[in-house]
Amino acid sequence: MSLKELKNSWLVSLMDIANLMNVNNWRGAYTLFKKETLRFWRVAFQTIASPVLTALLYLLIFSHVLEAHVQVYKNVPYTAFLIPGLIMMSLLQNSFANSSSSLIQSKVMGNIIFILLTPLTYLQFFVAFLAASIVRGFMVGLSIYLVAIWFVDLPITHPIWILTFALLGSALLGTFGIIAGIWADKFDQMAAFQNFVIMPLTFLSGVFYSIHSLPPFWQVVSKFNPFFYMIDGFRYGFFGQGDISPWISLGVVTAFLFGLAWVALKMLKSGYRLRG
Amino acid sequence: MPDKQIDKKVPAIQIDNVHKHFGGLHALNGIDLTIGQGEFFALLGPNGAGKSTLINILAGLLKATQGNVSVMGHDVVSDYQAARMSLGVVPQELVFDPFFNVREMLRFQAGYFGKGKENDAWIDEVIENLGLTDKAHTNMRKLSGGMKRRALIAQALAHKPPVIVLDEPTAGVDVELRQMLWGFIKKLNADGHTIILTTHYLEEAETLCERVAMMKQGKIVALDTTSNLLKKLAGKNLRLTLGDAMLPAALLPMLKSGESGIYTLALNEPNQLEFVLSELRKAKVAIEDMQLFEADLEDVFMSLVGGK
Repeated sequence: MSLKELKNSWLVSLMDIANLMNVNNWRGAYTLFKKETLRFWRVAFQTIASPVLTALLYLLIFSHVLEAHVQVYKNVPYTAFLIPGLIMMSLLQNSFANSSSSLIQSKVMGNIIFILLTPLTYLQFFVAFLAASIVRGFMVGLSIYLVAIWFVDLPITHPIWILTFALLGSALLGTFGIIAGIWADKFDQMAAFQNFVIMPLTFLSGVFYSIHSLPPFWQVVSKFNPFFYMIDGFRYGFFGQGDISPWISLGVVTAFLFGLAWVALKMLKSGYRLRG
Repeated sequence: MPDKQIDKKVPAIQIDNVHKHFGGLHALNGIDLTIGQGEFFALLGPNGAGKSTLINILAGLLKATQGNVSVMGHDVVSDYQAARMSLGVVPQELVFDPFFNVREMLRFQAGYFGKGKENDAWIDEVIENLGLTDKAHTNMRKLSGGMKRRALIAQALAHKPPVIVLDEPTAGVDVELRQMLWGFIKKLNADGHTIILTTHYLEEAETLCERVAMMKQGKIVALDTTSNLLKKLAGKNLRLTLGDAMLPAALLPMLKSGESGIYTLALNEPNQLEFVLSELRKAKVAIEDMQLFEADLEDVFMSLVGGK
């Protein structure tokens, strides 16, 4: 392929994306984003306050039980170590919950038709649902942080890494939620997804411990868990130290995000389980 | 008017040789149909005839196995954004979003089509004309069934589409809403909107629609103006009250219904009346009462798709 052809193919791709984003109907995508954000905000006790309270209960119990016994990083008390893990865990779970619960509810109740009848492109659909998931993840994460810093001295060493992993993590789980929401036809299928995939991956990712404290076999297993990289990279932003380099985590998380986004976009483009 | 820039020569709906298979079921079997702009059109047929499948293909909810469909000249697959901009569909099922009130839902629905605050006056008009003013700020969850139906119709109209499809809009609704709805829809039609209606209430189609297509087992079995269909196919009905006497056997092929000594016979030609009377005389059956009346769309429907 000549340089000119390569340049043209890139231009075509960019034009395709511009077309799919349908800049003439930017308001359509913004409206869907606004509706999805308002949807969770209307039930903020359930979608924001409840996960914040759960995270604080974890913090209270684990810090009381383990504070005097466990130190993961030098000069970092266990409670401080725990907080970024809890923030990221809640952020990931709620980003997933936002897109997945909205889609499954809309499908079961039948009101997904209001979106399917519109001229929104599949890319606009994806971006709107994803952005709302990111907003909910950030709101939950930020709320936990703001409450936690009243009780614990939490350093911020690399704020850019914190924001980067929060954004990538919420985007990845928001995308995962879109896939699950499209795939599931019943609430119990969604519950299975949440309880047998999301929960184990979250709890076995280093939220409560460093993987260096695990036996060698489980250290290797943990490295196949994308949640580990999100949490470790996020924690690195606070303490400047982690189980692995944040650059490796960035690469793994970005690769997973692109992979899942590709799957989600393929599903939306084909109309899988949405259009017959 | 929906859009003054629209080319009036372009049909509102163009359906060419559309087939749809669901596994082994051939739900649509070569549908060809053109509906002009500004028409008030009825799509009739028994349950399972393929009406909703055809509407779902039109709306982009289903993909045709074969054939092409366009709305206002825009193909529903290759140019789906423009096609959907032109179309408002009232779904048959009573679905709603429980998180929002009526006005919010209408604003969202218009917003998906790129309409903002400039569209609020139209939303107010829709709310008022469908009798939703008192319920505009009520959560969808708290509305009665009839009010939910009104909100559903309002949602389809929120972006002021030039083509409006109403799939069984009056199923299970009271007389007041029917009157209100048809008054508003007639006004929209007079303003230039194309209306496509499916209904089980055939008198509605007969009163409102200029043209009718009747479907049976995935095919169009009749397509004409309502008046032509009535002229060509319906004939007249003769209602005889015979008391305790039985209807003579020679008249049984003409029998449409018979109960408690009252028999309704279908007359395809006027001279059949003389035949009926002579058969009754031959059988020495006394006529207590006799009425001759025009057949309606239901008779046409039954003769074409009712399995007779």
